[in-house]
Amino acid sequence: MEHRKLIETSCSHFNNDPRRMLDILWQIQNSLGWISPDTMELIAQLTNTYRVEVEGVVTFYAFFMSKPQGQFVIHLCEDIIDRYAGMLPVQNAFEQILGIKVGETTKDGLFSLHLTSCIGMSDQAPAALINDMVVTNLSPNKTKILIRTLKKTRNLASLVKTFGDGNNSHELIKSMVNNNILLKGDVLLGDININAGLNKAFSLPPEEVIATVQASNFKGRGGAGYSSAKKWLAAAATQADKRFVICNADEGEPGTFKDRVLLTERAELLFEGMTTVAYAIGSQHGILYLRAEYRYLLPYLESLLTKRRNEGLLGTDILVDETENTRFSFDIRIQLGAGAYICGEETSLISSCEGKRGEPKNKPPFPAVSGYLGYPTVVNNVETFCNIPRIVDKGAEWFTSIGTPESSGTKLLSVCGDCTRPGIYEFPMGITLGEVLSLAGAKDPEAIQIGGASGVMVGRADFERQLCFEDLPTAGAIMIFSSQRNILEIADYFMHFFIEESCGYCTPCRVGNVFLKQGLEKIMAGKGETSDLKYLQDLGKTIIQTSRCGLGHSSPKPILSTMKNFPLVYAALLKEHPDGRQAGFNIQHALDESRIIAKRRSIVFDPDLGGD
Amino acid sequence: MKKKRIATTSLAGCFGCHMSLLDIDERIFDLLELVEFDRSPLNDLKKFTRRCDIGLIEGGCCNEENVHVLREFRQNCDILVAVGQCAMMGGLPVMRNAIMHSDDPLRECLDEAFCTPKVLNPENQIPNDPALPLLLDKVYTCVDVVKIDYQIPGCPPSGETIWRALNALVKNEAPALEYDLIKYD
Repeated sequence: MEHRKLIETSCSHFNNDPRRMLDILWQIQNSLGWISPDTMELIAQLTNTYRVEVEGVVTFYAFFMSKPQGQFVIHLCEDIIDRYAGMLPVQNAFEQILGIKVGETTKDGLFSLHLTSCIGMSDQAPAALINDMVVTNLSPNKTKILIRTLKKTRNLASLVKTFGDGNNSHELIKSMVNNNILLKGDVLLGDININAGLNKAFSLPPEEVIATVQASNFKGRGGAGYSSAKKWLAAAATQADKRFVICNADEGEPGTFKDRVLLTERAELLFEGMTTVAYAIGSQHGILYLRAEYRYLLPYLESLLTKRRNEGLLGTDILVDETENTRFSFDIRIQLGAGAYICGEETSLISSCEGKRGEPKNKPPFPAVSGYLGYPTVVNNVETFCNIPRIVDKGAEWFTSIGTPESSGTKLLSVCGDCTRPGIYEFPMGITLGEVLSLAGAKDPEAIQIGGASGVMVGRADFERQLCFEDLPTAGAIMIFSSQRNILEIADYFMHFFIEESCGYCTPCRVGNVFLKQGLEKIMAGKGETSDLKYLQDLGKTIIQTSRCGLGHSSPKPILSTMKNFPLVYAALLKEHPDGRQAGFNIQHALDESRIIAKRRSIVFDPDLGGD
Repeated sequence: MKKKRIATTSLAGCFGCHMSLLDIDERIFDLLELVEFDRSPLNDLKKFTRRCDIGLIEGGCCNEENVHVLREFRQNCDILVAVGQCAMMGGLPVMRNAIMHSDDPLRECLDEAFCTPKVLNPENQIPNDPALPLLLDKVYTCVDVVKIDYQIPGCPPSGETIWRALNALVKNEAPALEYDLIKYD
């Protein structure tokens, strides 16, 4: 086989370990452009597993290609925000200038075009990835220029004329992405003293680090609002010879991009936070699970890890206490994801880190007890880890003085959609939605999607509510929709998103979401009746109750929350049919095929032949 | 008490549900104390003579005539009951809906039924007499086509099940079938 040597090298680089399957596949795909059936066969032999296992992984992730691709693979973001920002004309421009449709490759083997879910650039939409390069603020014209330039130079770097602000212009990033930090708070985006928290933690016994965070009433920033300290206590209390600290940087929730900014501007704080938590629970190994969409940050992040290793902040024996005879070692590896929203769910993320399909695991056991490779594992998100050193440094009292009694600290919000100032805002917890909207310059806001696709859609009646755990919790996404937008179209897009991203393991989610979308489309087509609302409600409830993981627990929310908060939008489309006929059934359509095959018409249903 | 008027029909079904209705045996006399039959294969009445209280539907819709009859039943009955698996979910006939990844599923279905060498049909003729109703593109359940008030599961539902359901319906009650009556595994 032609590429045998290369595949062997890639596999042996990761010790032929099937648990590093994602890394192996990335390395091979980076060289060969795709993963052929023969390649899968060979990888399976080398890693001592089965071909179907390898194929299972390849086909699970959107960014692994099982068909040959062009030299430049374009992933155009089809998120609802991008659509409203003009993504369809951009798609047309791509298709026109390349002469291909979505999913195809040009004959000269230069370009492939794909659509993808949110790539975390909603504040500079429409955006696309070309290989690992991000291109933002696209227009049909800009699209054509990009392609022409690429055809001429064959060099991705030639696409970036001006670099974005902050570290986006760093040597190792050199990206046109902008941070769009519009409000700096005291905890994360203001001036910080790097390593102050870690140094202070090292001066305390581990249990006191946890106690400080517990006293600060800090809750995880992923949206569920679970006390991080409790999670750590569980992991620390579980007897094991290894413990793992995993940072969830798989920010796939549509409309969210705060991790992108933290990874660009506060990556050291993040690594400091992971090290602090590792020290607190007695962990030796850390993993940063970076979503493939943010691959452009990988070289930069790797360089920071190297820097911290050189500074003695990562690696073997970074803290040695001779009197107590204790030694603390900790290092971090970066696991690159491959384009799967579900991997933002912690057990799926762990599956993915183990080199498997990113399918969720059963809970319990919770990861804190049995997680990565069966070891106690703490999974927190980027914002959570960034908070920790700050709390340890400045103390619990300082932290609780910010925010509300139940929700201390600040919250990063990714604001996008119909507003003049989309970007990142760091607000104290408890800010009202209305204040956020006015600061962001929301234009005629009618509906706000809080927390991305898996969050809720609220209307004007909720603008006075507070963004915090006790009122309106959010993982950080605020999508603003003006009165010009069709709320059902938005809910329909989110259903499309969930259908795409469902891992397919359990039936309620795999099948139920399709039924939900069909029900919604029936209403949008003006064929719905009042009874359809009850159907959607019951079906949504069933999916939430019977799905295995968070995806199915959230996927009905776009429909359920719009039904609750915008009942008139639905009511306006409903029509009762007193004759008892189902509006969704079209007899003429059902007979079309038969008329052609039988070469005759219907005596019953063709009116000119006397039918009704 | 005024007798309830009942109509019944078999669409894309096998008449098994009607046979099962007859399995109530001598209780048919008790039933006739409570109801009188309008349009039904049991008395061979082909048209509604007047509006009915209850319509029992066996079978789903596989052709245009099924749709026509079902709509007539909906129009002429206050309460419409889907009886048996075919009426509720399509039953055996709905298996042809499994031909879904074809450009022409109906033709594929007819070819499979009439033109494979397994059946004696030397000229590969597909029945197409003008008197035959046109087939629908796929099989539809009753609730796909009209609103249905109650469903009685089973293939077929036992005589006892149908008897209990009818007894409740003539008393204007919703049929509450015990677990044992609708447990089939």
